[in-house]
Amino acid sequence: MTYLLQQTVNALNLGSIYALVAIGLTIVYGILRLINFAHGDMMTLGAYVALAALSALVLPVWSALLFAMIVAGAIGVIIERLAYRPLRGSREVAMLITSLAISSLIQNSATMALTAQPRPLRLPAELTRRVEWAGLTIAPIDGVILLLSIALMALLSLFVKYTTIGIAMRACSERVQTAHLMGVNVNRVIAVAFGVSAALAGVAGVLWSGKFGLVDPFTGFVPGLKAFVAAVIGGVGSIPGAMVGGYLLGFAEVFFVAFAPPALSGYRDAFVFVLLLAILLVRPAGLFGLEEGRRA
Amino acid sequence: MLQVRDLHVAYGHVAALKGISLDVQPGEIVALIGSNGAGKTMALTAISGLLRPRRGRIVFEGAEISRLAPHEIVRRGLVHCPEGRQIFARLTVAENLRLAAGHRRDRNGVARDLERVLDLFPILNERQRQIAGLLSGGEQQMLALGRSIMSAPRLLLLDEPSLGLAPLVVERIFPVIAELRSEGMTILLVEQNAWQALRLADRAYVIETGAITLSGPASALLEDPRVKAAYLGA
Repeated sequence: MTYLLQQTVNALNLGSIYALVAIGLTIVYGILRLINFAHGDMMTLGAYVALAALSALVLPVWSALLFAMIVAGAIGVIIERLAYRPLRGSREVAMLITSLAISSLIQNSATMALTAQPRPLRLPAELTRRVEWAGLTIAPIDGVILLLSIALMALLSLFVKYTTIGIAMRACSERVQTAHLMGVNVNRVIAVAFGVSAALAGVAGVLWSGKFGLVDPFTGFVPGLKAFVAAVIGGVGSIPGAMVGGYLLGFAEVFFVAFAPPALSGYRDAFVFVLLLAILLVRPAGLFGLEEGRRA
Repeated sequence: MLQVRDLHVAYGHVAALKGISLDVQPGEIVALIGSNGAGKTMALTAISGLLRPRRGRIVFEGAEISRLAPHEIVRRGLVHCPEGRQIFARLTVAENLRLAAGHRRDRNGVARDLERVLDLFPILNERQRQIAGLLSGGEQQMLALGRSIMSAPRLLLLDEPSLGLAPLVVERIFPVIAELRSEGMTILLVEQNAWQALRLADRAYVIETGAITLSGPASALLEDPRVKAAYLGA
């Protein structure tokens, strides 16, 4: 029982991070039909910014987190402006390849500037100290990850549901051309989508590296890929889908490692992709998928 | 109010509009009639800025607008209500209406227009919280029209408001268009239903394969033998 609870805590943690990252992928995909391969690298960026803020600027941890979020969001907006906007109207594959290039650019610049050597990202000890509690081994950071993620997702949901720009985001993901005709400044909506998306990934990167204690130029790559799987499972384009997909994937992965024969636990990544294939066989558009063709 | 001069638009490599000129005076309803594929929708799409014209001038209230982004054109009071309703099916009725007023800063004006729209179309009032995709075709057309009103147009480009609607619904939409005009809105109406359009309009242009072939007072075109033969089925 305790073991099960312990694994649930782990799964909630992992799932929260996947969900945060998957939301960003899904928001951008919803509007631009772009699978943003550089999204995971926003996690890496966030983690490095937090590292700099904590060690060089000696900011308190909350300010460092906020700082990482803002910087990652701003970089997301800048990348959109410089790399994707000039390609608007060209074929979708052009943007896709550009996102691969940006991913590669970020990974290699980070390697050149900072070396590929993992650096320790040390959060204050009171956050990371593991304690025995009701038979569970947990650290305050576990609670922080879960609560902060849920708070951010709740905020995002309110933003998308009630603000004018949030409504415009949903409208753009349905019919961009018509949104233009309704007076929506689509360029601004897309910039906001990239900013929000990168900011969430930045936070997720800090949480991820904070939990594992390390950051290197490729930190965001694998979780970014997994978040993509989570977004597809949930149905790309659907924000609730990305949340559910993230947690589903977190649970599947952790429970696979926890309960499958130990010899198989090295195949956790393979398991994730097999799970993706299985779900897509049954529901090709994902769990919350919206059928295409509704678009103008 | 609107002057279009020698407008050329190409779709890919195909010339779709080959030099169209037309005028709309304040307070008028001007109809643009023609058969399917003649270029009516293309003309509206170019005026509202979604398509860049290859050549020609579009002047709205004295200012050249053919290089402006669509949302900037909306802000100037030139609003395009597109063909086929194109409501946002996953948004609620209220969200559709609110979105179209999203660029406006005159809160009182927005509130007044919302009241006006819900008054014109009481069914939208009842369904404010419903997902727009669940509305019937006629209700969706009412929402599309209401949405355009929320953008505060001085000139409304109205594309095929009767398309695919039951005659009974058409009978309800057209009086609303007349009422909007009586309140001072200027309307450029595109219709395949030439008879309905000509009865409503002050003046009309006939467009054939990308060029204007005939124009004049609507009443005169209603009696014109060429128009009768080609569009009125008489």
